[in-house]
Amino acid sequence: MKLLIVAGPPSAGKTAVVRQILRSVAGLWKIAYLKIDVVRAFEDEELRAEFSIPTKKIYSGDLCPDHMGIMILADTLVWAEQEKADILIIESAGLCLRCTPYTTQSLGIVVLSSVSGTNAPLKMAPMIALADIAVVTKTDLVSQAEKEVFREKIRTVSPTIDIVETNAIQGTGMRYLMQAVVSTPEITDAKMIRLRGIPPLGVCTVCAGKQEIGWQNHCGVVRKLDSTEAIFRGD
Amino acid sequence: METEPIQCITILAGRDRNGVAEPFGRIDINPGDTISIVGPTGSGKTAFINDIEVFACGDTITGRTILVNNRMPPESFVRDPSKKPIAMITQNTKCLSDLTVREFLAMHVRARGITKADICTKTLALANEFTGEKMHLDMRMTGLSGGQTRSLMVADAVLISNAPVILLDEVENAGIFKDRVISCLKSHGKAVIFVTHDPLVSLLSDRRIVMRNGSVERVLTPDGNEREALTVISRMDALMGRLREKIRAGELLTGPVGSA
Ligand SMILES: Nc1nc2c(ncn2[C@@H]2O[C@H](COP(=O)(O)OP(=O)(O)O)[C@@H](O)[C@H]2O)c(=O)[nH]1
Ligand SMILES: Nc1ncnc2c1ncn2[C@@H]1O[C@H](COP(=O)(O)OP(=O)(O)O)[C@@H](O)[C@H]1O
Ligand SMILES: [Mg+2]
Ligand SMILES: [Mg+2]
Ligand SMILES: [Zn+2]
Ligand SMILES: [Zn+2]
Repeated sequence: MKLLIVAGPPSAGKTAVVRQILRSVAGLWKIAYLKIDVVRAFEDEELRAEFSIPTKKIYSGDLCPDHMGIMILADTLVWAEQEKADILIIESAGLCLRCTPYTTQSLGIVVLSSVSGTNAPLKMAPMIALADIAVVTKTDLVSQAEKEVFREKIRTVSPTIDIVETNAIQGTGMRYLMQAVVSTPEITDAKMIRLRGIPPLGVCTVCAGKQEIGWQNHCGVVRKLDSTEAIFRGD
Repeated sequence: METEPIQCITILAGRDRNGVAEPFGRIDINPGDTISIVGPTGSGKTAFINDIEVFACGDTITGRTILVNNRMPPESFVRDPSKKPIAMITQNTKCLSDLTVREFLAMHVRARGITKADICTKTLALANEFTGEKMHLDMRMTGLSGGQTRSLMVADAVLISNAPVILLDEVENAGIFKDRVISCLKSHGKAVIFVTHDPLVSLLSDRRIVMRNGSVERVLTPDGNEREALTVISRMDALMGRLREKIRAGELLTGPVGSA
C-alpha cells in the first residue's frame, strides 16, 4: 500500500486535488481516504458517495489536527489494509501552518492556492519545505505574472520541490502529480514510519486547553515578549 | 535547454463524449494564424484549448495529443510557466495583488529577467491601443475595468511573456477593439485561438472550428466567402463602439443612430 499525505491551508483545493487523483485511478487502484479536521468536515461523505470508496473522518477538537493525525496514523494504516486499499490518502485540516504532517514512506503533497497572494508560500514555509511535491491550484484565476512569481516564492522555500500547476476543477496539468503517485514506493515497514520534521507540537498548556493569557499562567515551552527565544517552564 | 522557435502546433484527433473518434486527422496551427472555436455551451470548447495549454498527450478526457514542430514538446514547455510558449487568458484571469500597473508589469519583467528599460511603457502603450479607456502606469490593477484588464493581459502576453501562441477563452469584452487585437497579434506573428460567440471575431478568423458533443465537428475555412457579412458586421461593431463612448460621455442619443 502507498501512503499519500495531502496538506495545505483550508480551501486551497486539497479535496479538489484528491478528486482528480480518484478520477485518474478509478478502476485501477483501490483508495481509502481519511479526512482530519477540527470541528466539521464533509469530504468523507461526499467522496464515498461519488467514488464508492471506504472513507473515514476524525475531529481533532482541542488538539492541533496534525498532532491528531500522528496519533491515529498507525490505526488508520491497519484500517486501510483491512479495506484492501492500494493507496491511503490522508487529507489534513491544514489549519496549523507550523506543523507538517508528512512522514517517511509516504508522498507528501502540499496544496497551495495561487489566489492566496504571491507571498503565501513564504508564510507556509514548514508545510512546503518538507513536502515532496507542491500542487498549485486555481491557476485559471490569476495573471501570468503572479503565477510566475508564486512559483519563484515556492522555490525560495524549497529549491528542489516538484511543482505542479493546475486548474483542479478541470484537472489540467495533473499528469505530473500522477507520475509522482505512481513512482511513490509502497510502505515497506509501517512500524518504521516517522514524522519527517520536528514540528512545534503540543509544547505548552495552551495546547492542552488552558485559556488564560500570559506566560505566567502556563507551563511547558513558553515565551516572554522581550525574550528572543522560547524557554521551558516547569509546573 | 535551448528550444527552437515554434513553427507549428499540431492537434491530433481524440474522441467525443461517447468515445467516437473525432472526424479529423490533424489540425496545424502556424505563426500568425487566427482561429476561432465556436459551438454551444458544454460542447467542449474550453476542453479543446485546455488540451493545447497543457500539451495533452492522450492523457486528458478528450484523448487528444498536441505536437510542437511535429514532436512531443519538451517537459519545460509544460511545467515551467516562464518557459511555456502558450499564454491563456480567460474571463477569470485577474491580477489579484493590489499593485499599480507599473508594479505589476515590473514584477513580471523581473520574474522573466528582462532588462530592456522601456518594456513597461511599451506594454502599456500596446494595451492602450486595444482599449478605448486609456490606462496609465499609476492606476491600480484592481481598479481596472474588464476591458482594460484584458487589454493589458494580451499586451503582457505579447511583449513580456513573448508567447508565440495565445489562447483566449470567451474574452468577449466590450471596451476592447477586437479587430486591433487580432491585427496586432497577426503582425507580431502570434497564433491566436479564440473561444468565442462574437460574430466579428469569428469572421475575422482564418479558420473556424465547430465543436459538438466534446468533439471537433467541422473546420470551416471561409476563404473570403464571408466578406460581405464581415463588412456589415465591422460597421455595426464600430457603430456600437461609438454609441458606447457617447453613453459613457453622458450624451443623449437623439439623432439618427446609424450616423452616430
Ligand atoms: N477556479 C478554481 N476553483 C478551485 C480550484 N481548486 C479548487 N477550487 C475551488 O475552491 C474551493 C475549495 O476547494 P476544496 O478542494 O474544498 O479545498 P480544501 O479545503 O483544501 O479541501 C472549492 O469551491 C473548489 O471548487 C481551481 O483550480 N480553480
Ligand atoms: N471529448 C470529450 N470527452 C469527454 N468529456 C468531454 C469532452 N470534451 C469536453 N468534455 C467535458 O464536457 C464538459 C463541458 O466542456 P467544456 O469544454 O467546458 O464546454 P464549453 O467550453 O464548450 O462550454 C467538461 O466537463 C469537459 O471536461
Ligand atoms: Mg477538503
Ligand atoms: Mg467554456
Ligand atoms: Zn500544529
Ligand atoms: Zn502549545
